[in-house]
Amino acid sequence: METQTLIFLFVGLSFALYIGIAIWSRAGTTKEYYVAGGGVHPVANGMATAADWMSAASFISMAGIISFMGRDGAMYLMGWTGGYVLLAMCLAPYLRKFGQFTVPDFVAERYYSQLARVVAVICVIFISFTYVAGQMRGVGIVFSRYLEVDINVGVMIGMGIVFIYAVLGGMKGITYTQVAQYCVMIFAYLVPAIFISMMITGNPIPQLGFGSTVEGTDMSVLEKLNGLSTELGFAQYTDGSKSTIDVFFITMALMVGTAGLPHVIVRFFTTPTVRDARKSAGYALLFIAVLYTTAPAVASFARINLLNTVSEAEYENLPDWFANWENSGLMAWVDKNDDGKIQYHPGKPIDGKPSFIDARGQSGERLLSNSQTDNNNELYVDRDIMVLANPEIANLPGWVIALVAAGGLAAALSTAAGLLLVISTSISHDLLKRNLMPGITDKQELLAARLAAAAAIGIAGLAGIYPPGFVASVVAFAFGLAASSFFPAILLGIFYKRMNREGAIAGMVTGLVFTASYIIYFKFLGGTADEWWFGVSPEGIGTLGMLINFTVSMVVCHVTEAPPQAVQDMVDNIRIPRKDGQASDPVANGETARV
Amino acid sequence: MSDNKRAAAAYWRENIRILLSLLVIWFAVSFGASILFVDYLDQFTFFGFPLGFWFAQQGSIYTFLALIFVYIGMMNKLDRKYNVQEEE
Repeated sequence: METQTLIFLFVGLSFALYIGIAIWSRAGTTKEYYVAGGGVHPVANGMATAADWMSAASFISMAGIISFMGRDGAMYLMGWTGGYVLLAMCLAPYLRKFGQFTVPDFVAERYYSQLARVVAVICVIFISFTYVAGQMRGVGIVFSRYLEVDINVGVMIGMGIVFIYAVLGGMKGITYTQVAQYCVMIFAYLVPAIFISMMITGNPIPQLGFGSTVEGTDMSVLEKLNGLSTELGFAQYTDGSKSTIDVFFITMALMVGTAGLPHVIVRFFTTPTVRDARKSAGYALLFIAVLYTTAPAVASFARINLLNTVSEAEYENLPDWFANWENSGLMAWVDKNDDGKIQYHPGKPIDGKPSFIDARGQSGERLLSNSQTDNNNELYVDRDIMVLANPEIANLPGWVIALVAAGGLAAALSTAAGLLLVISTSISHDLLKRNLMPGITDKQELLAARLAAAAAIGIAGLAGIYPPGFVASVVAFAFGLAASSFFPAILLGIFYKRMNREGAIAGMVTGLVFTASYIIYFKFLGGTADEWWFGVSPEGIGTLGMLINFTVSMVVCHVTEAPPQAVQDMVDNIRIPRKDGQASDPVANGETARV
Repeated sequence: MSDNKRAAAAYWRENIRILLSLLVIWFAVSFGASILFVDYLDQFTFFGFPLGFWFAQQGSIYTFLALIFVYIGMMNKLDRKYNVQEEE
């Protein structure tokens, strides 16, 4: 079958599956809509969390980023997995015991304040919208390249699918769709990785192939890569180029931010027990780790393939995939020295993103209106193609390419749905039911949640059709804000009984204002890298914001009144898994006695 | 009641001890081996990788995974010890 037919078939089948699941698992009550009735098995919840968490950025972009960064790419690998250790041990079990629906619920009750709830709701909505805009762009890219439809049509199809299962099914529908999406996504990621690992190293397990020798030589993959890189003037792949302090701060901000992201936290409200909440975190990381340990291997293989294929190659003799990706604007070539061959070296070949004019050059390449830079690099490569084009670069069969298309869509749609649900919950539950209109019935609240989800999908779709230019720069925001606002407030709420309303609000506000100002100054007001404090980039500043939050919270809480007894009792209760919050002394011989 | 309170406090102390010891490993592997001492560790080779690089791109993730499952096991045991597990 033609590759194109296969792509339509795979994507169509996967969409039919998601819709089928959505119809089967419609939500009938708010509890089902918000937390899937609180009855999700830990393995299913782990898969759903993994799909929720691994977005278009993890599936499409991450291996590419690592491919271009080398060792420093580890900050994403560790940052986006290490947060689960914090979640499993410091947040998930206690929030599950608390047993409400949302993160603002916890903040509001623990800090006995509607103001705290409103601050939390604003953060939730901002963080989630930032994130969802990126997902819609991912959907658009996959559609435009693989299905040869207009990006806008692609975004609208994606919106329609998410609409059906998020609005109908709520958390219940989303959970079971995400389980299916995880399976599609991980299969789509592993198949090309295994093929490529076999081709380059002869070892079918990418994690091992990564450390093996290149087939037919006695040189290891990493030595080969270091050799190719230095030959062309790039830094050694296994060396870092960012400063240690910056890598430290970014990794910490990503870890803590992960643990503080509302759409991840809310998944742990869906398990039946505290014990299952802990287990879910373990399974979630297990399912995530399958992709995250494969990604750096894919990154190195793809880098070798790319350098081998394009460097000093004549444009006219390049394989078809080059022209395909050039047509979709993710690759571009400017023949600076008019030799008809591609010279690939460090540095930007052109100023800004390629903007093509309607003409072809001497060798048949698409011409650009950008001004050329004066270095000797002629090739523009968008990092996203390292995963998307990998099967074509490695010459894999058509069905693998179709699988990658379906997988990329699964990754983007699953995350988008989780985020949209969090947004709609914040509006119907936190703003309406708990704040503005406490008198509404369960049915009315459910309707409000569905309407809010529908509106949020509409806005997210608009963001995908008219992508705001700042999307890429504001992703730092989502993690920085989660790290500097929610994480300290929740952590102190559980582990420090004395923490009170005044301390928590003061901490959240200073943490937020500090982090937001730093990011806005450097991302939007033209701040330059040599003005960074202690050499910390805006991506890593959430770590400092978190420390400021902790400090301010501690100082303010000690000069103001202790929290009311009822709140302190609540903290005691959430620390004990048992429903009644009672513990009993261990019996001398280690046996336990039932009370 | 006060017995219960004392038992709850003891349970919480043991919980914190487990938590802190596991978080020390979490920090040592990710921020220690993979970031602060990565260049030093790179002089050793491990299954074809420079050791620091391996920790940064592979080993740290395996360690995180092991830590969570060890935590689950230890906490289930601790819950039973203080009889705070949830009724089935």
